[in-house]
Amino acid sequence: MNTLKRFAGIVWILMGPAAIFYLIKTASEEITKKPVLDTKIQWIVFVVIFIPVVIGLMIFGWYALKGEYDRLPESSKEL
Amino acid sequence: MKPTSIRSVILASSVGTLIEWYDFYIFGSLATVIASQFFPKTNPTAALLSTLATFAAGFIVRPFGALVFGRLGDLIGRKYTFMLTLIIMGGSTFAIGLIPSYESIGVFAPILILVLRLLQGLALGGEYGGAATYVAEHAPADRRGYFTSWIQTTATLGLLLSLGIILITRHSLDKDLSTSISKFNDWGWRIPFLISIILVAVSIYIRLRMKESPLFSKLKTEGKTSVNPLKESFAHKGNLKMVLLALFGATMGQGVVWYTGQFYAQSFIENVCKIDFEQSRTILIWAIVFATPLFVVFGKWSDKVGRKWIMLVGMLLAIFTYRPLFHQLFSISDTTNKKEQVTRNEINTKLIPIGNTGNSVRKVTSTRYFKEGIRLIEIKTDTLYAEAGKVTLKPDIKTSKLLNDENYRMMIIIVFIMIIYVTMVYGPIAAFLVELFPTKIRYTSMSLPYHIGNGVFGGLTPFIATLLTTIYTGDKLVGLYYPIIIAGVCLFIGALYITNKVNRNIND
Repeated sequence: MNTLKRFAGIVWILMGPAAIFYLIKTASEEITKKPVLDTKIQWIVFVVIFIPVVIGLMIFGWYALKGEYDRLPESSKEL
Repeated sequence: MKPTSIRSVILASSVGTLIEWYDFYIFGSLATVIASQFFPKTNPTAALLSTLATFAAGFIVRPFGALVFGRLGDLIGRKYTFMLTLIIMGGSTFAIGLIPSYESIGVFAPILILVLRLLQGLALGGEYGGAATYVAEHAPADRRGYFTSWIQTTATLGLLLSLGIILITRHSLDKDLSTSISKFNDWGWRIPFLISIILVAVSIYIRLRMKESPLFSKLKTEGKTSVNPLKESFAHKGNLKMVLLALFGATMGQGVVWYTGQFYAQSFIENVCKIDFEQSRTILIWAIVFATPLFVVFGKWSDKVGRKWIMLVGMLLAIFTYRPLFHQLFSISDTTNKKEQVTRNEINTKLIPIGNTGNSVRKVTSTRYFKEGIRLIEIKTDTLYAEAGKVTLKPDIKTSKLLNDENYRMMIIIVFIMIIYVTMVYGPIAAFLVELFPTKIRYTSMSLPYHIGNGVFGGLTPFIATLLTTIYTGDKLVGLYYPIIIAGVCLFIGALYITNKVNRNIND
């Protein structure tokens, strides 16, 4: 199971750039289709909000790959 | 702790949290009316999207509220921090009710609305973590899921209260219903916002009488509170990895399921199925009333079987059944394949003269009856000009459908099923989050993943789902892929990485 957790970490890391690519691609297509202020604001908000979250997913993936989730802490002393 | 004492703790926490949810949700429930008041009268869809964006702004700022007030709660205590959140929320909600319309003060109107909406989001970001932590730190270890599940009912009950007060107000402003609705759309929508100040005052009074959390008090007495909860929560790898796990393995999926089963379901019924305003809301109200007790059932059950699998099974059921359930909602209302009873159809025309111009506002109401028990009502409003040959270029057309009892009940059942999933993912999650983090940084650490999961992922669900239908126009259900994919990723991460072990000891 721990091996699976670590390998899955690669998936989470790779999901990051894939998600960012899809987000920016869709944003630019939609803004090109409808270059009005409302559309630009909406998509800029999405990109600005989701990119840090996606980076968090990649950090999660990195921790998984390093084995940090092989065993979860059972008290705050272990943190 | 004595049973009567824990009940007082739950009451004090829950009432305030419920009021905060009510304050937050009346804005969303009145999105269409607010759009007409505060945004320029151009394309109605753009206006609605703009308002949803403002609604979404309230959600996006929640994580920042979680950081600000979470930190405060871990530094000075739970009690005073979530008094402050209540005051900020109540004040900004009341102020929304007072803002003049765009027609009166121009661009200042939407700017002020946006600022107040952001304050609402900040306050809510600080409220939930405090309330859940406060109750959990009073509850006995083997019943933590049960006692915290009462806090979990408040978001849904706050939504129920917002819908109920809006409907009652809408009906009460005049003896004639259509005049009452017209008054509501004109100025009566302010009443639910203004009422909030009374509700908040009651909550503040109740909370002033509360004592601080015993665990926090003990920590403070021993001088063991955190000096920098933000740094300890997020710069320390040991804790950061648990914050990330809580978000990607639990709250992300919980957030999208929560908002799909309630908000997006109601938006879909009203805007895609075109069901009448009141029926779309009473369908949700009835489903909520029947499903709400299940928050406590699943919270209690999680004390026996663990939190993890109840939450993940809720996500799994949502992933596999959302498309068929929403498809069924659409099929019930879709008149294209239903048998029209042409002989029953009615057309009524009303002309209202416009001053001495010779022109009149013409309102044509067409009612079409279908054998399957649906009435389709189209109201076309344009101007009848005295000048020959002059016509209204873009008449205003509103379409709505009224369901018969059988179809109405069927929609309630479908939404009820979706809210069962909500209770499964949400009932145990307060206890789950509390048990992940040590006392001295608990308020900060649990608030952030909760509000990113619910505020960002969940709160944007109706907006993103609606947006997807405008991009991929061939499929009315394409918006569901957002919650399905997010919940799917969360399910996988949660199943793989989260343990089902219940941490009895949170006194650390």
